[in-house]
Order: sequence, then structure tokens, then C-alpha cells
Amino acid sequence: MIYDISFTALAFFFVFVGLVLGLSFYFGRKKSSSSSYYAAGGQIHWAVNGIAFAGDYLSAASFLGICGMIAIAGFDGFLYAIGFLAGWIVALFLIAEPFKRLGKYTFTDALNAKFNSRAITLTASISTLIISIFYLIPQMVGAGDLVMPLLGLPHWAGVILVGAIVIAIVASAGMASTTYVQFLKGGLLIVLSTVLTVYILKNGLSTPPEFNENTYHKFMELTPEVKNDQIVSVPNWSVITQQQIGDKTFVKLAQNGIERWFEWTQNEDNLLKETLTITKKADGTTLYNGESKDNRKFYQVGHLSKIIVNGQELSQTGPLGPFEFLSTIKDSEIVRFLQVKLTDGNEQVSIYYPEVTSGSKFMLPGLKYKIGSDANLWSKMDFVSLMLALFLGTAALPHILIRYYTVKTPRDARKSTILAIAAIGGFYILTLFIGLGAGVNGVMDVESSNMAAPLLARAFGAALFSIISAVAFATVLGTVAGLIVASSGAIAHDFIDVYLKKNLDDDKKVKVGKIAAVIVGVFAILLGMAFQGINVSFLVGWAFAIAASANLPAILFLLFWKKTSSTGIAASIVTGIISSLAIILTSPTMWDKYGLGAENALHQLENPALISFPLAVLTVYVFTKMYPKKKTNLDHTTT
Amino acid sequence: MHVNNSAEEKEIVTQQKSKLGVRLFFVYLICYAGFVILGVFKYELLATTVFWGLNLALTYGIGLIVFAVVLGIIYNYYCTKYEDQAEETENLTEGDSK
Repeated sequence: MIYDISFTALAFFFVFVGLVLGLSFYFGRKKSSSSSYYAAGGQIHWAVNGIAFAGDYLSAASFLGICGMIAIAGFDGFLYAIGFLAGWIVALFLIAEPFKRLGKYTFTDALNAKFNSRAITLTASISTLIISIFYLIPQMVGAGDLVMPLLGLPHWAGVILVGAIVIAIVASAGMASTTYVQFLKGGLLIVLSTVLTVYILKNGLSTPPEFNENTYHKFMELTPEVKNDQIVSVPNWSVITQQQIGDKTFVKLAQNGIERWFEWTQNEDNLLKETLTITKKADGTTLYNGESKDNRKFYQVGHLSKIIVNGQELSQTGPLGPFEFLSTIKDSEIVRFLQVKLTDGNEQVSIYYPEVTSGSKFMLPGLKYKIGSDANLWSKMDFVSLMLALFLGTAALPHILIRYYTVKTPRDARKSTILAIAAIGGFYILTLFIGLGAGVNGVMDVESSNMAAPLLARAFGAALFSIISAVAFATVLGTVAGLIVASSGAIAHDFIDVYLKKNLDDDKKVKVGKIAAVIVGVFAILLGMAFQGINVSFLVGWAFAIAASANLPAILFLLFWKKTSSTGIAASIVTGIISSLAIILTSPTMWDKYGLGAENALHQLENPALISFPLAVLTVYVFTKMYPKKKTNLDHTTT
Repeated sequence: MHVNNSAEEKEIVTQQKSKLGVRLFFVYLICYAGFVILGVFKYELLATTVFWGLNLALTYGIGLIVFAVVLGIIYNYYCTKYEDQAEETENLTEGDSK
């Protein structure tokens, strides 16, 4: 996409980032013990903690990813919102209080409170690290996407910028600062999403989506002359070539030396319909719609082709109530832009062509996760697997669990969690309006769905865009900081201090934690660059699946089955990690990343939880039966 | 549930809360699984218009979010009640022994 630098946004951005850094340095000066570095000394008020919980949870995946996926795949994006929130039920009803009573600083400590087993320390710290890294990838991808319109920088620069700022925050302060940063960010995110939703409803729907000073590109439709299924001529254009991709035909035409690709709807209305294209030439240059980036011929898209209200076709609706907005989209027709890739000589071409989708289809699951009439066994399994991972993953995320220790009592932990559920639930309902609003108001960047919400805000005015971008950026900062604290805890506390028995003193423990934070941060930067362009909610789905498979069976058995042995727990963590990672690394998305083609992948399952979670459950049971708990362990407790 | 009880909380309260938590979890699990099962086996039902012009998928989805919040509030209400009752009993016992 082509973006101008927004100076208003830039000003807000620096003020906000300055505020966040100032806050963390302020709290950084006040503390130095390892307990305050990892768990804010257990002194945070429950209400602050509750909103901070929400702040932690409403990461780039929620704000950028869910809105983006709703904008391009309709209800399937909302599945993430439903699943993400449902996961809190597991956390609240089964895990929150017992964990608070068990734990010290980290997930590993809590899991090991009854055993003092080295195998659990090692496996749990590895799983914390892997889950945190998988959760870090989408945050970094989101950060890169955000800075493109905000600062006019390339994706990689954004990733490095976020990485550097977060490393500075974490290395200077720790958990106390991230709690207040998350509180501030969580609160602002909810308020601003409400404001954005009010704008969307007040604006209503229109076709073409032109409001304020926004203009929408009018896509060309040309009539070709056809002979023997081949286009022979098009008025004012010269015909270069045509290619068949699946059931679609794409035709390359040229005019005034500029080459453009059109979709030929031969069997419907026999028209050539303008597409958006990105062409990577052999010499390394990239053309947008056949021209250089600076010519600005690449457009934002997504619109309604028909607006139907009470059976009547309108060109605009005026202000709408929330239910009216949803039902009007359901009755109307949406134009989405879908991607195909093709090779033309030595050029790699990505074509984004318009696809008319009925609103009733758009407001049902099935555009991404096929479960309707066009479903097969794999696609149905994928849907169930995703819903399972989202439901079971939340309670097992190490950076969420760590926040249970930042309040004084189990009662406070419970109240924090309920406040978080209410705040997050409210926010997720708003994402439905923001996502749909972005999908139909001509603001989508076809290269990345992640920018749906901020770009929609930009259509309503520079001020709203700048504040929302700054908050979204802070969202990424806060989440990445929390994740890096959790990972550095796993390395410095669990692995070096406990597993390797280095018995570090308090100062050394903090120092090692900070070094670990820098290393994880650099690693996250590299991965953020590698996964550019993939929807961040989709990526987070993987982190949830690994957490659900590696950690949750261990936690549930520990809490609800007295006989559970340390060998059973360690074996289940290992099985969960290996099986989920194996399925992810051989999935169609990864096969596409390796350049082998998604359709050639070893299997068609995108989310591993359906297989890896039951496997881990079975492992903890079988290994506990094979290697039962020793008698001495029964009474062994650590405090 | 076999967790360490902190000094200030009685075993009976922990058990009451745990039992309630597990029950509410299963109530929600059934509702959530219902949505997934509908999606896989009775997909066409999700398209049915329910009310305010919304289809079943949207109504069910938003309903699951709201229901989670409602269950959370119910859970907190009863947990707080159990804890307060236990505290009151303890205070009364202490008062009697003086």
C-alpha cells in the first residue's frame, strides 16, 4: 500500500510513546527486587489489574487482527472474538483462584509447587518460551503494519522500532511498569473503539462509500471482442496475454505503455473488470497497478455494491442503529477483493480481484473456515480445532497467568478477572462493527488486513486516526513488554536459577532476566519481519493452540486429579509442544511460506489443537499411570 | 480440588467455590459446544433470522459473549457470599469463645 506520513499522527505518536516510556522509567526507579520485577510485588489494586488484564489480552491480535479478519472474511473473524472471550471462562472458573493459591512468580513455579521436579521446570520453561515467541510474532507483524501509514516507514523498520522500545522498557523496569502501561492502554482502547463505533453508525452505509472528503476509485469495466474463447481486441487497449487460474481468467492489457491485469467474467456478463496488481519484476523493482509506487495508482477498497433496506435498494442509508447496521449489511451485497498469485514470464504477479458476496453469506461462518455446503472433512476439523484452541488456550497463556500474582488475594484475582471479561467482551462486540465498517467503507489495504481499524479511523478524520494509531502502537508495546517479561522469567528464573541451580542472588536474577529480555526481543524482531502480510489473529490462533496443548492438560490434571505425577506433567508438556509444533510447521500456511505451495502441504489442518490437545491429555494420564507419584511427593509442598 | 489452602481461607469455602466454578464451566461449555456443533452439523440453521433482523449465528455469537459476563458476575456474587459467610461464622465462634 502507498501511504503518506501523517504529521498529526506523528505528534500524537511521540507524545504517547514518551508517556509510556516515562511511566516505565518512573516505576523502574522505585523498585529493584526480583519479586517486583516479575510480579509487581503483589501490590496492584484489583480494578487496575482487571483493566490491565484486558490491556494484556487486547493485543494486536484483537484490535488489528479481529477487525481485519471481519473486514475481509465477515463472521469468521468474529469467531476469534467469541473464542477468545470464551477462554476466560476456563481461566475464571477453573484456574484463577487455585493458581493464585499455588503460585509464586511464574507459570512454572505454580505448576511445580507440589513436586519440585526438575523435569517440570525444564519443560514448563521451554513451553513458556515457545508460546511467548509464537504470541510475539503477530505483535511484531502488527507493529510493522502500523508504522507504514503512521510514519511512512517500511514494515521492517516498524518491527525494529517496537522491538527496540520494548527492550528499553523491559530492561529498565519490569512488571510494575507493564501493569500500568496495560491499564492505560486497555482503558483507552475500549473508549476509542466506542468512539469509532459511534462514528460508523452515525455515518451509516453508502455506495460508493464516499463521505467526508473521501473519494472511492471507480473500477473500470471493458467490453472485449472474443473469438474461440480468446480475447482478440479491446477498444483503446492492446491485448498482451491471458491466463487461467482455477475457474478465473485474467487478461493483461496495455495502454500508453502501462500494463494492467483485468478479470474476464466470460461466463457471466462477458466484461473485463479492473483488478489491483502488484508485480515483482526480475530486476527487483515492484510495480503497483503497472506503475511505480509514487504514481499512487493503488487504491483502498471494500464496498457495498447494493444496499438493501426493507427490500428497497438505496444508495445511502443515513445514521443507523447497531442492529439495523448489522441487518442492513446482512441483506446487502459486499464486494471483497480476493488474491491470486501467478507467474507471467519472469514476473511474479499478485492480483486482487473483486468478488461480489451476498451479505447473508458474509454474516455467516464459512468464508475462511469452510463449514457449509462447500466444506470437506479437513475444513470442518479446522473450524472445530480453532474453536477448541481459542477456548482452551487463554487460561494457559503464560503472560496472562503471570498477572494472577500481581494482586494480593484470590478474591482480588477473581474480581480482576471478571472486570477483564466484561471489558474484553464489550470490546469484542465493538470489533464486529469496526470490522464490518472497515470492510464496506472503502478503506481496506489489500496487502494486509491488519490495518482495517486504523485506516477506517483515518477515513473519519486525521485526529481520530492519530489517536487510534498511537493507542494501537501502545497496545503492541504493552503486550510485547508483558510477553518479554514472561519469557525472560522462563529463562532467568526457571531455567538458569532453578533448573541449573545457579542460586542467583536478587540483583543477579534481575540482571540475567534483562539480558534474556534483550535476546528474546531481538529474536522476535527477526520473526516479525519473516511473517509480514499474514493476519495477526490467525497467527495468534497458533499461540493459543500450543498453550492449550502444552500447558492446559498439565494444569487441569494438577488441579483436579490428585494422583497426577510429575512425570505425567512433564511428558504431557513435551507431547503438547511437539505435536502442535509439528502440525503447525507442516500446515498449508507454512508450506506457502516455504515456497512449496499451500495445496502441496502434508495435511490441510491449519490449527493443531484438535489433535495435539487430546494427545497431551492422553499422555498425562498414561504417564501418570506408568510412573505414579512417589509417596514422599504426596505431602511435599513448597511455599 | 487439592490445592494449598492459604491460612485465611477455610477448606469448605475453597470446596464450595471450586464446585460452583466447575458447574458454571460446564454450563458454558455446553452452550459453546452447541455453537460449534451447529456450525459443523446444522450449518443452514445459523442463517435463520432470529430477531432484530439478525441471523442465529450473530445472535448466538453475541449471546455467548454476554453470557460469559453474566456467568462471571453470578460466580463472583456466590463466591463473595461463601467467603463472607465463612468470615461471619469465624467471627461468631471467636466472639463465643471470649
